[in-house]
Amino acid sequence: MTEEERAAQEAARSSLPVGRAPALEMRGITKRFPGTLANDHVDLSIQPGEIHGLLGENGAGKTTLMNILYGLIAPDEGEVLIDGKAVTIHDPADAIARGIGMVHQHFMLVPVLTVAENVILGAEVMRGPVLLDLGEASRRIRALAEQVGFQIDPGVRVEQLSVGQQQRVEILKALYRGARILVLDEPTAVLTPQETEEIFQVLRRLRGEGASIVFISHKLDEVLRIADRITVIRRGAVVGERRPADTSEQELADLMVGREVSLRVDRGTSHPGEVSLQVTGLRVQDDRGHEVVRGLDLTVRSGEIVGVAGVAGNGQEELVEAIVGLRKPSAGRVTLAGRDITGRSPRQVREARVGYVPADRQRYGLVLSFPLDDNFCLTEYYRPPFASGIVRNEAAIRRHAEKLIAEFDVRTPGPSVRAQTLSGGNQQKVVVAREFGDDALIVLDQPTRGLDVGSTEFIHRRAIEQRDAGTAVLLVSADLDEILELSDRIVVIHRGRVVGEFDAREAERDRIGLLMARGEAA
Amino acid sequence: MIAALARAAAAAGRLATIPLLSILLALAIAAVLMVASSVYTGVGFFPLLPLFAYGNLFAGAFGSGTAITNTLVAAAPLMLGGLAVGLGFKGGLFNIGVAGQFLAGAFAAAVVGSSLADAPAAIAVTSALVAGAAAGAGLGLIPGILKARTGAHEVVTTIMLNNATALLLAWAVTELVRAPEFTFPRTNDIGNAALPVLLGRNLHIGVPLAFVAIFAVRWLLERTTLGFEIRTVGANPNAARYAGMPPVVIVPLTMALSGLLGGTAGAIQLQGVIGFYASGISASVGFDAIAVALLGRSNPIGILFAALLFGAFRAGAPLMQITTRVPIEVIDIIQALIILFLAAELIVRRVFRLRARATEIEGAATVTQTWAEPSVTRP
Repeated sequence: MTEEERAAQEAARSSLPVGRAPALEMRGITKRFPGTLANDHVDLSIQPGEIHGLLGENGAGKTTLMNILYGLIAPDEGEVLIDGKAVTIHDPADAIARGIGMVHQHFMLVPVLTVAENVILGAEVMRGPVLLDLGEASRRIRALAEQVGFQIDPGVRVEQLSVGQQQRVEILKALYRGARILVLDEPTAVLTPQETEEIFQVLRRLRGEGASIVFISHKLDEVLRIADRITVIRRGAVVGERRPADTSEQELADLMVGREVSLRVDRGTSHPGEVSLQVTGLRVQDDRGHEVVRGLDLTVRSGEIVGVAGVAGNGQEELVEAIVGLRKPSAGRVTLAGRDITGRSPRQVREARVGYVPADRQRYGLVLSFPLDDNFCLTEYYRPPFASGIVRNEAAIRRHAEKLIAEFDVRTPGPSVRAQTLSGGNQQKVVVAREFGDDALIVLDQPTRGLDVGSTEFIHRRAIEQRDAGTAVLLVSADLDEILELSDRIVVIHRGRVVGEFDAREAERDRIGLLMARGEAA
Repeated sequence: MIAALARAAAAAGRLATIPLLSILLALAIAAVLMVASSVYTGVGFFPLLPLFAYGNLFAGAFGSGTAITNTLVAAAPLMLGGLAVGLGFKGGLFNIGVAGQFLAGAFAAAVVGSSLADAPAAIAVTSALVAGAAAGAGLGLIPGILKARTGAHEVVTTIMLNNATALLLAWAVTELVRAPEFTFPRTNDIGNAALPVLLGRNLHIGVPLAFVAIFAVRWLLERTTLGFEIRTVGANPNAARYAGMPPVVIVPLTMALSGLLGGTAGAIQLQGVIGFYASGISASVGFDAIAVALLGRSNPIGILFAALLFGAFRAGAPLMQITTRVPIEVIDIIQALIILFLAAELIVRRVFRLRARATEIEGAATVTQTWAEPSVTRP
């Protein structure tokens, strides 16, 4: 069977209307940046009533492509067609006018405004020349929400909504502006499994109404579940188009990365030893003085990975900060191999052989304007061999950087390059390379957030190696898949307390998801 | 080795582009003002006036041995003051208090110097200098501690301390240490505490001292752990805390070091040029120092050149005024315009059609992202 026959057969099998113009077509899109080809003759076509998955690693060119579609970047070559007609999109206002809606990974909402106020922001419903007609706006929004199957109160303030509900507000914003082509960038990254399922129902309903949806993600199972067709791009070029029925997670991952990858890191068996980290009755306040960790107990033995599952904002951040010394607990004890480290300074905790990969690598983990070699010794700069007395030993600092760059496969021209020029995955590798080593305890907070498959695989493998070398690993992640995949033991945190504990072999995804959301099983 | 030098030179060139173009633009605009105002200054409309004015400015600054020593003497306190501001910038702090620290340093040097006026020169000179440096450091420490402990912003506290210091010292020189034989409030002469003159009429030892300070601060920032801590706190205080560097200690220390440099600037100006403290002495060095640090981009070597330029302006201006009747105040206009253009970098980029720096970063980012192919990229 030739390529053409296969294509013909595929087209025949398709349930999508053939012959009608695609809702959106991008033809031969090419975009060059100095030194690189961000998009290389990319073709993408999306039918009305289709959910189209767009897969690719970080830096593969997904964002550039979507920014071109949204009018933020002008392509060097190629054209964009909407309903079969070539259009030029100059700016986002242009894109919105042509029915393109974008839901960004980071929500663009004003927390203190109501749902209705957020939705109409920039497209206000007026009564006369100066007065807002919020009543009419609420009516329209409620009607729209019902049409797509949302339950949402337009009068409630956005800060009172859960993350999943906020995302619906973002979708409503796009629909309210008449979007027929909806682009969702990593929409499930911050959601619980239940919320993800709910958003999928919404997307299917929108598809039923004839909307075209571009679903950008790196979660392979989700793309397979929701998409009608999947386009994979690597290094700026389309490397494959698949239908979910004809492909597998493994094939998609291999396409994305360009080599064979192991999706599930083989966790092996753990051999837990002595108790390493012991947290008892810990109470911690957040910056506003609210107690967000409320009597928490936790044990991590050496040689095991304990995963803390929970919806973001249930005290995980403060728990981690209290353990590593960045925040003083108001009560309770933290011990490391029996030694009390409660309320010690970050440096004292580090010197007790604790490694810490922070959730926000750019805010805490790195000094972006510094070269890599300075970042590699950021926490040990004051000790031999990096310094003798107060004088820095540049040669040792550089050698250390070169060694870690090679060992952790950090993709960079060299150790004197600034950290800000690296991709997210490589930045995280710098942090991980620095923090991993001869540690008694490693605290990993969202270690692979926003990373591509390749970097995630790498970091997971390293974490397991650390465990096997006898380190206690505490893993905090909003990504339940990551917790399930990596942990030997799982604790569920809800409102600052541990509400459930599971052996990884017996952990059930749905039960954990419910515990995360409600704090109690069904 | 040669390649490394070339790279370093290219990097320095990139850093210096905007400052150099800002200077050029400022000189051009000041030239227009000169021509426009020549009508009123009695010269009559004279389009070539700026050429003569700048020619005389240059001659006054570099045209003879005396001119050059004048430039260096004027530049020395600007170097120290510029370092004070620049060091603060590196630590994420805007020390506007150099004017006050300069006065405190000058006052302390005058008081200690005049009381040791008959002591052996080595002891008198050193003691006065140390007293000036310590006074500046002490005055810098106050806003540093306030910032670290209470979060009080150093811009506000240093501005307030400038006034408090000037008035306190005016009172002190009138009531506490006034030399009775003079008709106005001033201290006694510093006698042996005057800085030794090395060359010509006035090239005092403070000039080489300022050069040493340039390289000492550079060494501190680039080669020591303390400098690394200062730069980290300045670049990302969150990361500094994460890495175990306590900002509560580093911030006051940075301010004290900054104040120390400001105080030393005051001490060398007093011991090398003025010779006694009076309540009217100018603290304008403290404000010019901010311009010097901005023009030098907080880089010690940049500060060296910026201070030499501003020193040259000060040293050359009198000759310009005498020969072309262009008022000295033009120098203030030029300095102000330079700062304006540095602050509004976008204007300079527009005028000279330079690409924005963002694209340089973006370019670099995309380069590293495509690093996956070993054939293209490994150095």
